Amino acid sequence: MQVVSEVREPLITGGKTIKDITDDISKRVEESPTPSWMICFAFSVLMLIAGGIFLGDLFWTGIGRWGLNKSVEWAWDITNFVWWVGIGHAGTLISAVLLLFRQKWRTSINRAAEAMTIFAVFCAGSFILMHVGRTWLAYWCLPLPNTYGSLWVNFNSPLVWDVFAISTYLSVSLVFWYVGLIPDFGTIRDRAVTPWSRLIYGMLSFGWDGAAKTWMHYEAVSLILAGMSTPLVLSVHTIVSFDFATSVIPGWHTTIFPPYFVAGAIFSGFAMVLTLMLVVRKVYKLEDYITMEHIEMMNIIIIVTGSIVGIAYTTEFFVAWYSGVEYEQYAFINRATGPYAWAYWSMMTCNVFSPQLFWIKKIRTSIMWTFVLSIVVNIGMWFERFVIIVTSLHRDYLPSSWVYFSPTLWDVMCYVFSFGLFFTCFFLFAKYFPVINMAEVKSVWKESNPRVYRARRTVSDEEIPASDKIAIQKELVH
Amino acid sequence: MEKNKHFLVGIFEDQDELMHAVEHIRHEGVKIHEVYTPYPIHGLEHALGYKRSYMPRAAFLFGLTGGSLALTLETWTMAFNWPMIIGGKSHWAFPDFVPVTFEGTVLIAAFGMVGTFLVESALHPLKAPRLFDRRATDDKLVMAIDLGNNSLNEDQIKAVLKDAHAKEVYRKDFTDEDNKESFVKYLVDLFTKGVTSSSRKLG
Repeated sequence: MQVVSEVREPLITGGKTIKDITDDISKRVEESPTPSWMICFAFSVLMLIAGGIFLGDLFWTGIGRWGLNKSVEWAWDITNFVWWVGIGHAGTLISAVLLLFRQKWRTSINRAAEAMTIFAVFCAGSFILMHVGRTWLAYWCLPLPNTYGSLWVNFNSPLVWDVFAISTYLSVSLVFWYVGLIPDFGTIRDRAVTPWSRLIYGMLSFGWDGAAKTWMHYEAVSLILAGMSTPLVLSVHTIVSFDFATSVIPGWHTTIFPPYFVAGAIFSGFAMVLTLMLVVRKVYKLEDYITMEHIEMMNIIIIVTGSIVGIAYTTEFFVAWYSGVEYEQYAFINRATGPYAWAYWSMMTCNVFSPQLFWIKKIRTSIMWTFVLSIVVNIGMWFERFVIIVTSLHRDYLPSSWVYFSPTLWDVMCYVFSFGLFFTCFFLFAKYFPVINMAEVKSVWKESNPRVYRARRTVSDEEIPASDKIAIQKELVH
Repeated sequence: MEKNKHFLVGIFEDQDELMHAVEHIRHEGVKIHEVYTPYPIHGLEHALGYKRSYMPRAAFLFGLTGGSLALTLETWTMAFNWPMIIGGKSHWAFPDFVPVTFEGTVLIAAFGMVGTFLVESALHPLKAPRLFDRRATDDKLVMAIDLGNNSLNEDQIKAVLKDAHAKEVYRKDFTDEDNKESFVKYLVDLFTKGVTSSSRKLG
């Protein structure tokens, strides 16, 4: 006898069978690209090329092309880097943390969220490579023997920690994602009807056969990868925040940064997952897999993390005042009332006030509102990083070096390039890879099947007469 | 009968039924070769009598190696090979070495464990797997019983499988050539004969 929570709705709706799950998800990989997909993909590639031209010029000429100056030495480059890395945290959070907490609703969204993570980290990494200026010397960040001594990298520096953190995060996420894809590639291989798809998906599936022994090891591997990814994801954004927090710049030098950055990362990551999944769900007609319950759950996480971020902003302000340090106080008053007040209040509106609308059930369960607010949150999170970076730098210790930062076309186009990179990868993924983890959804199918769900509700369930229950159970067995 | 060549295949549809079937069949003294399923079924490995996965131990050992390597590298470069005073810290500033040590631990543990998993399960891109039924990655639970490894004869095992509510039971034979199929042969067959079986067509 199994007791199923009465308040928990089925995870997959529409009375799907296991066969339907395979069909619904594999169909998208097997069909030829639709015109709407081709238009979206072409547009992404266009962004990639247009941005790439400017990027090429940036590499050729140097980062003087950007609007940086002697006071504002970091601006859009690092803002974009932190923004993309933040987005890149939701995937691992969904698949790792929610796996450890046995949140089964994650199974429908983890694949796409992990893909989003990986592509977002590509974009983040591209800004790291850009901002070093001489990108061809970026390998100097690695502790490689050299003819200068050997002169080693400085392991006391958070920038070096960041090199290790981001590269570990990217490679571990990639492995985690790929291991999850192997069984689904096996499914597509076995459904293939043309030699080429049989060959390509067969190679991608690594010769998967679904043996119970392999599944046993696979399950252990997934659980341990999840267990390791959880502290990893927290460490990565903590280290990103150390890039600022270990410096002595007023506005950066705060101990609240690690938890505040991690909450912000989860916040923006979930917003991006929602933006993408709402579109994928609509285009691929996956309403039975990504249900309103999933959307509501993610919106609840957005309220929680949005509120944490709001508290962090307030605490930061309070501590600046309470510290009695004039420079620290000025940095914060300048943020809210100085020349960048517009950016500060955009951040506050988008990140702190707007997600509070999700307290209203109608808004939290509305596709339109969710979609709009998820974009608003992402805009807000971009401004958060911009505010932290630029407003702390633009008024230096000497009033003679106070400046106002304005982006150039190269700043804008490098950002466009990263969008092109992200969406090119994402559209390729959405077309050629199964967007939902079929094997995992099948493994939660039985308990989330409405029919089984009714049959198994054996405790305090007066709605179904005993005779019906037996009939349902019989029907299931035969 | 020769081992690993002649099999009886039983097809099941429900995971709970399969679990009962595995218990029943093993109770009847029939040795199960392997069960192939489209999704992980918890408890199936216990029912089949497999030993616990050693992946956790592999991960631990790899993690230990990775962490030690990272810490050794940091210690050697910063405190011995080229010591420098940075921010008035001691050469061996352990707290500063924690992040990279941690990342090294996770990196090597993850790659080492996944590598172990791939080697243990013989998974690699150039593998041509020996498949019993292609529906095993779709919606069917496929049990294979090696006739060469059982004392009961084919009809007796068939009866046991039927008794355990197998939806279909059929015999599947492999030749020596099938059992050690090379990727090259798989490739040649694929492009000369085309795709001969597909779970999409089987319906």
